[in-house]
Amino acid sequence: MAATLSHRPSKASLMKAVLAITGKDLAAEFRSREIFSAMLVFSLLVILIFNFALELDIATRQSVTAGVLWVTFAFAGTLGLNRSMAVEKDRGCLDGLLLAPVDRSAIYFGKVLSNLVFMLIVEVIVLPVYAFLYNVNLFNVGLLLVILLGSIGYTAVGTLLASMAIQARTRDVLLPILLFPVAVPVLIAAVKASEGFLAANDFSTIYAPLSLLIGYDVIFIAIAYMVFDYVVEE
Amino acid sequence: MRSKPLTLKILDIASLLALAVATYLALIYAPEEATMGQVQRVFYFHIGTAWTGLLGFVFAAGLGVVYLIKQDLKWDIAEVAAVEISAVFFFITILLGSIWARPIWNTWWTWDPRLTTAAITELIYAAYFMLREGIEDPDRRARFGAVYTLVGGLSAPITFFSIRLFRTIHPVVIGSGDPGATGAFAMTSGMLLAFFFALFTFTLIFVDLFWNRVRMGQLAAKVEQLKINLMH
Amino acid sequence: MITVHNLVKRYGMKTVLRGLDFEVQAGEFVALLGPNGAGKTTFLRILASLSRPSLGEVSIAGYRLPGQAAAVRTRLGVVSHLPLLYGDLTAEENLRFFGRMYGVSTVEPRIREVLEMVGLAPRRRDLVRTFSRGMQQRLAIGRAVFHDPDVMLFDEPYTGLDQDASAMLDDVLRSVAASGRTVVMTSHDLMHAEELASRFDILSRGVIGTSVTRKQLGKTNLLAYYKRALLG
Repeated sequence: MAATLSHRPSKASLMKAVLAITGKDLAAEFRSREIFSAMLVFSLLVILIFNFALELDIATRQSVTAGVLWVTFAFAGTLGLNRSMAVEKDRGCLDGLLLAPVDRSAIYFGKVLSNLVFMLIVEVIVLPVYAFLYNVNLFNVGLLLVILLGSIGYTAVGTLLASMAIQARTRDVLLPILLFPVAVPVLIAAVKASEGFLAANDFSTIYAPLSLLIGYDVIFIAIAYMVFDYVVEE
Repeated sequence: MRSKPLTLKILDIASLLALAVATYLALIYAPEEATMGQVQRVFYFHIGTAWTGLLGFVFAAGLGVVYLIKQDLKWDIAEVAAVEISAVFFFITILLGSIWARPIWNTWWTWDPRLTTAAITELIYAAYFMLREGIEDPDRRARFGAVYTLVGGLSAPITFFSIRLFRTIHPVVIGSGDPGATGAFAMTSGMLLAFFFALFTFTLIFVDLFWNRVRMGQLAAKVEQLKINLMH
Repeated sequence: MITVHNLVKRYGMKTVLRGLDFEVQAGEFVALLGPNGAGKTTFLRILASLSRPSLGEVSIAGYRLPGQAAAVRTRLGVVSHLPLLYGDLTAEENLRFFGRMYGVSTVEPRIREVLEMVGLAPRRRDLVRTFSRGMQQRLAIGRAVFHDPDVMLFDEPYTGLDQDASAMLDDVLRSVAASGRTVVMTSHDLMHAEELASRFDILSRGVIGTSVTRKQLGKTNLLAYYKRALLG
């Protein structure tokens, strides 16, 4: 029948597949808001805990802002990464994705993109809350740039490692253990660059950590792209 | 299984001998350093193990890549061996670093790039073993191990440089230990001999332990195979 | 349509499939039977391109696995005992997503068609997590036929279904079979297999030892035949 023939698949382009996966994740998350609310509430709790754990005067508080923010983002990030990949694992959905005639890297990029969006949304909300609670001005384009670059690197490596972690028995605790040691360069560079922007330092001092961030992002996205097949295929 | 090859037996003995000689050179032969005193002698083994540990780490990452390409489990056995030995070497590095730091800088730990990177690398190793623990299927375990050593192997050097470049509050204290850098002490010929011999010794020990460990891994695999054959 | 020659699958040291041969002509409905742990799911996963053979040749619709896996996937529809559906999306959104992933150009009309076929048209805007197991299974079949595949693989599709749901699944499977698609279904529930399939293969100890068509079976009860085959 002519009508049925038109249902035949054509090779779905990589871009379309990536956007389909990201769209699917965002649509599902928009309904349940599980991942998002967990990340947000957790971040706010961490910020509050910092307040009680570190009794700081106003001057000192200014200097630890970058550090506190990035620790918060790192921890909240692992929550989101874990949940996002667990969804695929639990109902066998990963098989559903693997059955489709698309390049495996589409799954990787689609997931990185949606994880990145979750993380950025949380960060965008946390910033004004932190600014409000601690009376710090965080409206800083440079800072936003660093947050973007840092989050990209973090989710790029995090998505790869989360794909492995959820396939192990110890899945819940494993991701942070795997991720933090290898994400240290991101943290170091991001905190350094954030501090620089917040203190309005000369750009020449910020240049180095910023380029390290970009370099890290590029290297690890490339690596993850190359090895992702080995992580999801059998 | 064939009994230990003669070369390996010779290597075992050679390693022990080299270790004895290296110890003598480090503790007795090398002259005492002017400012730091006897405790500086720790430096020879500290750098020796650090250097070999790092090589082992990079070696493991390389073995991982080969496994991914060849899909033969023998590369996985080698990779695990390299990681294990490297982990132990780095641990010794950290221990010796601590022993050195205490009397000189009055602190157990300095956050200098080398020491910190060694510590982070130890954590990467711990994560590596935890990852492998949690996976049943041997092929998947090997694949994941390879991927993680690759990711870790790339990020550790980047960590080293980022600490060195950016953490200005904690300066490169033990950088003075690097004989190439302008540092706290220059090495006399006696020291140089002890230094290079220590490097040689630890490389020898690494190779020896690696070979032994790989044999052990192959034996274990054989036992597994026999067990399975018996069950059917 | 499906040709398998000397398929071997190993997990580490364990050999699950030992040189399996299998051939299916276009339009046949083969029920793959066998005791638990015999390797039915492993075999089906290999046919579904989700798992690689250790040795041997597999080709589906003229394309070889694993080399031409992408081409095979366009011709394949798979229903497993897990629904492979996203609970937080509606039935229609699930189908739309998979339609996009398969590059189907006529997604919207096809969604309507498929939902009618599996009897879920009234529930198209409902979230899949509100569906009963039976409904999820039917939607899963809808997902599997969406791109009009030549070959369909069913892995224990009746798992967890009650009487009504089973009966509905029977209807859907009958219409799938009638449409001329090639079907391979694993089942340890012989009753449904007996009604639907045109051929019965028994997988035991890593190979398919017995294969009998419906005609050859004649009046013999499948269960009796099956028991005899396993003992012999």
